[in-house]
Order: sequence, then C-alpha cells, then structure tokens
Amino acid sequence: MEIMNVDYSTRIPNNVGLTEDARVLKALETWHPGYLDWWRDMGPEGFQESLVYLRTAVSVDPKGWAKFDYVRMPEYRWGILLAPAEANRKVPFGQHYGEPAWQEVPGEHRAMLRRLVVIQGDTEPASVEQQRHLGKTAPSLYDMRNLFQVNVEEGRHLWAMVYLLQKYFGRDGREESEGLLSRRSGSTDKPRMLGAFNEETPDWLSFFMFTFFTDRDGKMQLESLAQSGFDPLSRTCRFMLTEEAHHMFVGETGIGRTIQRTCEAMQAAGVPDPNDIERVRKLGVIDLPTIQKKLNLHYSLSLDLFGSEVSTNAANAFNAGLKGRFQETKIEDDHRLENSTYPVLKFVDGKIKRVDEPALTALNMRLRDDYTGDCGKGVERWNKIIEKTGVQARLELPHVAFHRQIGEFRDIHATPHGELLDAASWQKRKDEFLPSKADGDFIAALMKPVSELGKFAGWISPPKVGIDNKPGDFEYVKIAA
Amino acid sequence: MADVQRRLSNGAQRIDFAADPARYRHWKLKFDGDVATLLMDVDEKGGLFEGYDLKLNSYDLGVDIELADALTRLRFEHPEVKVLILRSGKPRVFCAGANIRMLASSTHADKVNFCKFTNETRNSIEDASENSNRPTICVVTGACAGGGYELALAADHIILTDDGSSTVALPELPLLAVLPGTGGLTRVTDKRKVRRDHADVFCTTEEGIKGKRAVEWRLVDEVVPNSKLEDVVKTRAREFAKKSNRPADLKGIALTPLQRKFAADSVEYGSVAVSFDRKARIATVILRGPKSPPPATAADMTSQGAEFWPLKLARELDDAVLDIRANELDIAVIVFKSEGEGEQVLAYDKFLDTNRDHWLAREIRLLWKRVLKRIDLTSRSLVAIVEPGSCFAGTLAEIVLAADRSYMLIGKRDGGNRPPAAIALADINFGAYPMPNGLSRLQSRFLGEAPALDAARKVIGTMLDAVTAEKLGLVTFAYDDIDWDDEIRIFLEERASFSPDSLTGMEANLRFGGPETMESKIFARLTAWQNWIFQRPNSVGEEGALRRYGTGQKPVFDTKRV
Ligand SMILES: [Fe+2]
Ligand SMILES: [Fe+2]
Repeated sequence: MEIMNVDYSTRIPNNVGLTEDARVLKALETWHPGYLDWWRDMGPEGFQESLVYLRTAVSVDPKGWAKFDYVRMPEYRWGILLAPAEANRKVPFGQHYGEPAWQEVPGEHRAMLRRLVVIQGDTEPASVEQQRHLGKTAPSLYDMRNLFQVNVEEGRHLWAMVYLLQKYFGRDGREESEGLLSRRSGSTDKPRMLGAFNEETPDWLSFFMFTFFTDRDGKMQLESLAQSGFDPLSRTCRFMLTEEAHHMFVGETGIGRTIQRTCEAMQAAGVPDPNDIERVRKLGVIDLPTIQKKLNLHYSLSLDLFGSEVSTNAANAFNAGLKGRFQETKIEDDHRLENSTYPVLKFVDGKIKRVDEPALTALNMRLRDDYTGDCGKGVERWNKIIEKTGVQARLELPHVAFHRQIGEFRDIHATPHGELLDAASWQKRKDEFLPSKADGDFIAALMKPVSELGKFAGWISPPKVGIDNKPGDFEYVKIAA
Repeated sequence: MADVQRRLSNGAQRIDFAADPARYRHWKLKFDGDVATLLMDVDEKGGLFEGYDLKLNSYDLGVDIELADALTRLRFEHPEVKVLILRSGKPRVFCAGANIRMLASSTHADKVNFCKFTNETRNSIEDASENSNRPTICVVTGACAGGGYELALAADHIILTDDGSSTVALPELPLLAVLPGTGGLTRVTDKRKVRRDHADVFCTTEEGIKGKRAVEWRLVDEVVPNSKLEDVVKTRAREFAKKSNRPADLKGIALTPLQRKFAADSVEYGSVAVSFDRKARIATVILRGPKSPPPATAADMTSQGAEFWPLKLARELDDAVLDIRANELDIAVIVFKSEGEGEQVLAYDKFLDTNRDHWLAREIRLLWKRVLKRIDLTSRSLVAIVEPGSCFAGTLAEIVLAADRSYMLIGKRDGGNRPPAAIALADINFGAYPMPNGLSRLQSRFLGEAPALDAARKVIGTMLDAVTAEKLGLVTFAYDDIDWDDEIRIFLEERASFSPDSLTGMEANLRFGGPETMESKIFARLTAWQNWIFQRPNSVGEEGALRRYGTGQKPVFDTKRV
C-alpha cells in the first residue's frame, strides 16, 4: 500500500498504514506519553503554551508537502512519514549490489543496522536539548519561529527513527526507543552518544553555526543512509532530508544576516579594519574575527562526527549494503570498492600526509570530503555578502587537523592553517583560534530578546523574505503570557 | 596462511619477560594507603612486534608482560596494599581486548604462547585474592570487549558505569569467528555462573550488554551512574579492604632487576643456568641449591630481600621457562638438573614452613606454586635428571614430579667422587603446590595408588637413593652407571624425533589426570578449542574472518560443521 497523503485519523499521523499494523501502533502509543514528557521537560523552555506558526507535513509529495498554521508545540502532529517507494529498487552498493532492496531487516545485519539507527536517532532529541534555552534570547519573532520549527522537526526525526526501531527490531528496538528518551545532552550520567551533541549551544550565533555545520553533518549521514539497501530506512531518510534543508537554510541565512549587519555597521561608522575588534564591538555587532572563531569551533566539532578517517565500521556498513556514499547512485564505479583506494589525510612521522587507503575503509573520509565541499560553498556565499558591502575580509574553513578529538589528528595540535603546534604553544594561542571566555561574554551581552512585530536585534539583519511569504511584521509567534 | 616470523619492535632479538616499572609504557600504578590502582593506558605505538598500533587500549604480549610484572611487584613491593583497583586510564574505553591486527599477523606459536601467558597472569589476579587476601575490583568505563572483559572477569567485583553506552562484550565469535577462549567462556559459566542460554546470547552479541541487564545476567556485579562512580569505587574499596585480614603497615622488599647474561648458547642467571644444544633440540636448566643455611628469623629473610635463595631461584626459573617458551621454539625437551645439597634445600623449606604466616614467606610459596604451574603448562617434553651432586629435595623435588619422565642414577658415577644421587620429600610436597587440577603433584601421580601416597608421606625428610626412589614411584627409571648414558641419549633422541604437535597433546593429557578445575579447563580448552579454531580457514584463511577484519569485506565460511 502506498499513501502519498498523511493519515491524520490516528493519534499518530502517518503514511505507513499504522491503522492496519496494530502491533507497531500499540508500541508507538505506549512510547508516546514518554515522548511528550520528554518534550515538556527538555523541549523549548518557556514557550510551550505559545502559538507558533509552524509547517506540518500533510503529504510526502515533494511539491507541496507542508501546510502552515499556528500550533502549540506540545500539540504538534509528529508523525511517521516515509518518502514514496521506488518501484523495483535494488541494493545500490556493497556485496549485495543489484539484489532487490530489503523490505525486512536481514538477520545477519540486524545489530549493525540497529546501531546505525540508534546513533542517528540519538542526535535528533540531543539538538532540541542543546537549544532549549534559546527562545528567551531570540533576536526576532521570525528567528524564534525558525528555532521552534527546527526543534519540532528534530522531534519528528526522532519519531522517524523510533518507528524503524519499533517496527523492525522487536524488544531490543523498544528498549533502544526508551534509551533515546533517557539520555540527555551534556549529562555526566547519561550523555548523548556523540561528542558534539553534548556541547552547549549558548547563544544564537552558536545556534546558526550548529544548524549550518552540525545539521549539515546530519544531512550527509542521512544522504548516505538514504542509499541504504534496507528500503524503509532509505525512504525514511529521504523524507527527513526534505526537512533538513530548512535547518541548514536557517543556519546559512542566520550567519549571513549577522555578517551583513556587522559589515553594514562597520561601513556606516567608518571602521574599515575588521580586526579592530574593540571599535567593531562598540557598534553592537559581532566582529568578523569572532565569527571566524565560532566557525572554527563548530566546523572542527562537526568533523569529529564523521568518526575515524579509516574505519572498519564504515567499511562493514557499506559492504553489508546498509550505508552508502553521498549520491551513491550517481557515482560511476563498481559500487563494491573491493579493489579501489581513496586518499586519506594522515599523521605520519610527524607530518600531515595524503596516504592511499583501501576505499572501503576510507568511507568516512570520503563522506567528510563531500561535507567539506558542501560547507565551502556556504562559506563562499558569506564571503560574497562581505564583498558586496565593501569590507576587506574573508572567512574560511580551518584545516582538518585543527582542534580534533577523533581520528588521525586527535593527539596533535595545529593552527587553523594546519601548522603544527606543541602543547605549550597551543595553550598560549588557542584563544586566537577558538572563542574565548571573553568572546562568549561579549556575545552573551548582545543576546537581548526582541519580540516586537517586525523588529530585529541590532546585531542581525532582517531576512529578505518571510516564511510562507508572510510580510515583515507578521506575528510568527504569539507568545503566551 | 603463511606462518612468517614477525619482527620485534625496535630491533629487539628476544621477547624479554623482565620489565621495569620505570620503563612501563602501558600501565600506571598509584597508591593511596592500602588501596592500589592499576591504570591501563596502552601506548598505541608501543607494540611488541612491528606492524600494528595498539588502539583503544588493546593489548599484546608486551602489555601483558608489564601487567604480570606490576602484579608480582604489588605482592612483593607493596604488601601494605589490601585492595587492587583495575581500571582504564583512557576516556570512554576500558579495553578493546587483544589487538586484532596483531592476532591476524601472529604466528601460531606466538598466539599460543600469548594466550597462555595472558591466562596465567589472570590466574595470578585470582590467586592474589584467594591466597593473599588481596582482592581486585575492576571498574569498567566505556567499551570492555573480548580480552578486556576476560581481564575484568579475573577480578572479584566488576563495577560497570551506567552511562547508556558502556558495555561488556565477548564479540569474538560474531566479529572474528574465533573464541573468547582465554578464559572468557569458562569464567562466564564457572566463575560468574551466568546461565548458559544467557551466555549464548551474550557471546553472540557483538555490541555486548549494558546497564541493568548486565547485572541481571551476572555479567557484572553492579552498575553505577557516572556521577556516583568515584564514590562507589571508594566505598567498595573500603569494604573489601576491611574484609582483608592482611596486617597493616607491612613494608615490602625491592624486586631488584634479574642478573642475566645471554650468550649464543646459554643464559646465566646466578641460581639458574640454561644451556642450549640446538642441534639436539635440548635445553638444559640447572638449578643451584642454596650456598648458605636459611636465615634465623623472618626479619633476616626480609632484609635479604630478592637475594633470599628461594625467591631468587623462583624468579630466575620463571624467567628461564618463559624465555624458552617464547624464544626457543625449536627446543623439544627441557632437561632439569640441580646442583647443591638436598639437606640445605630441606632446611629452607622448613624455614618457609615455620614462617608460613609471614607475608613474605607466604608470597614466596605462592610464587613457587605459580612457577611450578607454569612448568606444568609448558608444551615441551620435561625431563628431570637426578645425578650425584644434585639437590632435588622438597620444593625442588616438585620439578622431578612435574617432569614427564625422570631418570635417577644408581650409585656413583664412574670415576666421580660425589656421593650417590638422593632425593627427598618434605611436607611442602603434600599440598603447598597444587597443580592446575587442584591436586598436588604427588596426588596426581598416584591417582589410583593411595598406598603409594602414604608410603611417600612416611619418608618425609629422608634422603632417598635411586633404588628406593624408583620403588616408591618417585622417579620413572633408576639406572646404574653402565646403562645411564645410553638410556638417556636414546630417550632424548627418540623424543626429538616424534611429532611436536602430538607430543604437546599427549603430554598435556597425561600431566593433568584426575579432576578438572576452572583453571585446568581453561588451559585445556584454550589449547584444544581455541587453537583449533585459530588454525581453521574460517578464521585465518585468506577469506576468513580474522584476515578480513577491518577490510569491510565479509568472511566466507566453509559451512560444514565439524
Ligand atoms: Fe534531524
Ligand atoms: Fe536538523
């Protein structure tokens, strides 16, 4: 059965025929109250009763899948949405290349598949937890609404993963679903599984950086899972990607608007030197060097999310047909990678070198390279903004050896340009490369909420167009007293 | 698979079993009153052989050599310690087990020696708890897999952090198509008494088991949230320390470095001399008796420290046996000889017996017990030659009893002026040195002959000549001077001509008659099942799981069940 439109007759909107699948419906209904408790405890703080102008999926048709309306977030219709099935889909890579895609979990790969789903699933609620305090300092109602949109969709992504766990992984799947609700970002006792998802998101610039860099890692992971030979996972991820695009839009335009405002303020005040931090800051905007430092931090944390450059797990998942490459079906090769190699940056004899590794084990590196390319395009668009204002400055991605906790470069220190530093010089200089306490304090001081219709905080420019083509003074959030 | 000899790191020529804490690369010892903490913090680049990195606290023989050294030093240098805490010095990983790349590239002999030594070390952890009242608490933070969990199993109490991701696992079967056979399987069922079907699930679940279920299934003793972990560790350490009956304020002795001289065909220690006849494939180990009578008091023993004869001999003999095991693979037979006065050896045994409650005397006897077990478990033909001028009495008589065969000369050697050979038993031969099967060597010898055991007991302290010793069943054959040289030569030549594999199998079968213990089961299964699987194409063939591990390619199995 294939449903393009979403069935809202059940408590859980879906296009997977939940009404006929009593076992899974019951499992999800059992899980539902715990989810709502989690949302109330860990979702956006202080705005649970506010009416937010949110989009909700009504169909999985790529054209026109969403409708916009005011909704209280706890009443948001989280549901199970899979992209339409492709007829006669085949496993597109690995040892099962060319065999019909699986509609059920292959027993031999069950544990690996479950781990992939759990790791992906764990990131979804984590970012909601990381961002829960930001509503209070939103620079505008427009931005506040975007934050909440991202949050409810991350919640829906959790539902998407939980559906897979409960439908295909039996008792273990149900236990893992509970685990996804019991871990907490930044907790000592039950931390989220990946490092970057336990870091704080202390301010809006961090939020924009996070949605630009970390959600883009999410996009790359979803892209490679969307290739999966396990068809339900592929379809789930394909639909999640349509939502993810908006998250990265929020990040890219958020930083773009911050940059725009900084440069305009500099030009208006006649401060030509971007490194004249003190004078720039006095204008009430965030200086470009600090933006660069934030970028350095978030990019390096996100690179860690790709795991070790050379990875057996990645090789196993590819060979098993569970997790492919970015745009796998568009790549022209044998899709098995048993005999090819891929260049990997490694730390060999005290130097950073490119070394050919078996392509199968270098998949994390390859996905990360694709990611870096994707990030680079965004950075260039920011540089265009700077250029247009006439300010002489450029932002850039730091070297991959910079500030790493995972992989080849975890034991060394390097500058954003990839020059090696000893531990002492790193200690001395790290505030040049990463946001310092003082930088954080300065940004925090700027984070004053603005909630008047059509008004924006002084450190950020308004967007060019509104959401759902609404006018500039549209009331995106009706804040409940 | 090609069984190519590998290269030791840094140009080393022999695997050296002597370690020095000042040069440890993988372990750190910390002391806090009567609690010691042993931190595993493996240096990735510190592999014993070339060609692999010890990632994620994975280990090789080199890591285990340091561990064994640290454990022995704890006993002798830090008797004040009542509880040992074993934990990881790395965040988010306890220990990933034996290094897989090391295993995949190992020669078969290296693997066997490695696993055997590893389990001997784990036994010594258990022995310290059982016989020295110094229990071990293992604190598992992060992944604890394969050999990592096997190591944890050697502890008395396992604490697992409950952070939603730390697990214990035995992934050998699903991941590598080998066994958690260095004690893992047997300790799970026999020591922790995990239900067999739970054990089946556990040993086939690659990612392992965490949290509450790990406790319910008896895989760990408790799970503790991160925020409470340090408090719980402290509390448990106090509880275990309180239960220990070790006296407070003991002062240890220094285990000074072994004095060894390696030459082309010999190793000279002091109390032990080893010589190699490589053409005949024989190593001769000469044990030298004490040069002076035992000290008057336990305090004198303590001040002699590592020079105290029984301790010095045990340490040197242990090193010699390990050296032959690991570095002299072509040696077929180890011939044990001794030089000295049997009465002197008996006097030392008596001294140790009188002072049996003194911590150092106790530790020395326990060390001897472990060294003798090491000899039992050495897969070479063991022969004791009892000649005039030898001193196989008491503790040293155990060597004769440990041998596969023993030969004793009747009367004097033609032209010699030394008195005829004699051996003697002491109380110590009747229970102080159990074999891995839990029996004394005499009990094992006389399984069906209770009268023989009684007869042996009656001659405690008497110097026995060859004819009497043969009659009592204490030696295999007694020959006079006319037959001696030929009989021994022919036996050694014959021995060297047999298949080394079948000798290993036969000797191991015959040495451990009688009952099984957890210890004997582990070694037997390790040698039989684990090493069988390690020979099979399903693990080590070009398409086998061990070879394919890390490539992402799936192993191809021969599906016939054997
Ligand atoms: Fe997401
Ligand atoms: Fe997202």
